[in-house]
Amino acid sequence: QVSELVQFLLVKDQKKIPIKRADMLKNIIREYRNAYSEIVKRADRTLQEVFGLQLVEIDTKRHMYILINKLPHAEGQHLCRGKEKEKMGLLLVILSFIFMKGNSVKDSALWEFLHLLRVYPGKQHSVFGDVRKLVTEEFVRQKYLETTPIPLTDPPEFKYQWGPRAEKETSKKDVLNFVAKMQGKDPTFWASQYSEAQAN
Amino acid sequence: MAAQMTNAHRRFLQVLMSNGITEGSEARKLHQHCCETDKVYYAHDKLDDFIGTINSHLQPLFMQIRKGISEDDGRAHYAVVNLAETEVTKMASDYTEIELELFRKTMDLIILSENGFASSTDILNLADQLKTKKMKKKEAEQVLKVFVEDKWLSEKNGEYTLHTRCIIEMEQYILSNYQDVARKCNICHSLAIQSQVCESCGIGMHLPCVRKYFRGQTEPRCPKCNEFWSCDTP
Repeated sequence: QVSELVQFLLVKDQKKIPIKRADMLKNIIREYRNAYSEIVKRADRTLQEVFGLQLVEIDTKRHMYILINKLPHAEGQHLCRGKEKEKMGLLLVILSFIFMKGNSVKDSALWEFLHLLRVYPGKQHSVFGDVRKLVTEEFVRQKYLETTPIPLTDPPEFKYQWGPRAEKETSKKDVLNFVAKMQGKDPTFWASQYSEAQAN
Repeated sequence: MAAQMTNAHRRFLQVLMSNGITEGSEARKLHQHCCETDKVYYAHDKLDDFIGTINSHLQPLFMQIRKGISEDDGRAHYAVVNLAETEVTKMASDYTEIELELFRKTMDLIILSENGFASSTDILNLADQLKTKKMKKKEAEQVLKVFVEDKWLSEKNGEYTLHTRCIIEMEQYILSNYQDVARKCNICHSLAIQSQVCESCGIGMHLPCVRKYFRGQTEPRCPKCNEFWSCDTP
């Protein structure tokens, strides 16, 4: 049972779509409902021990889970999971922007920022393809970004924040260090972000 | 006596899983990078032991890092496989019912063929006869393209055969479900999809295995029946 659940989770996680507890119950555990929490605990332990992944609940109301990578981030082309290196690069830049701007940005501000990097919502990008789709759909679906409509705006505007997967897989400290490195400054240069990152 | 898993092992496994299939020299480089990154003892000739440690932990999960030899160039490749005999779980979740049916029928054609290839014409004709729902030729062409991109099939001159990845992952499944038809190489005893066959006694061998076996021999003869080997040695 544990091995079936582990395989189920690995397969679901490949697509980075959050896993619902209902699906876990339906697909795998069937007769063993009573032992559900024990089975999940053991599956998590196996995932950590063998794969370096951890099962984390990101929505306690709707009982949704994701697998996060527990291994410390590594440099190097070879070591990135999948061909996602470029997408993750873009994501990191977006997460940094959001953090530096106080953890929430309007969509118009985000696109203005991306313009500076020559990434345009209307144009096909040579590496990222349909960037608008990547940012507003894929990153949101994968729970890296969270988008909420801003009330009383017409045409409707949205704000972007870190999603639960970003919260679990990265830290504000890492992001601040990244920004500092990019700009050749010390992280303490940004006093309020620095203290926020330390507290995180 | 299983050694402990370290982060280097876990990282190696994660990358192998997301690659689908990893070629031998890539795997060796990866082994080195993982050990260096996670500060684990590294010896360049210990890849098999390294993989062995991972496998001992994968065994209770019915998974394994398996090494397979490419039928084209004889080079080693590694893939993480599911040892259960049912169809690969990974494939089942990536494609629709109808796509899976097309794949299964294509696999039939390939395995039943003389040379391990199925022409695109034959496969497209199959698309018409699918039980689940008829598939238009254009759609089938697209699906075939995806199968090639995902490394389940490989294409050469308009003909399709099983990709090394597919053979590594599905060897058990194929050997048990195509028991009477699937050929095993006389030299290495693994599943042979593309093979040369002896005209007299019918045994088959992988092309790279033929190459190795007949190296330097001016008069190649069948290892079983000793008749002249009629095919061109590669």
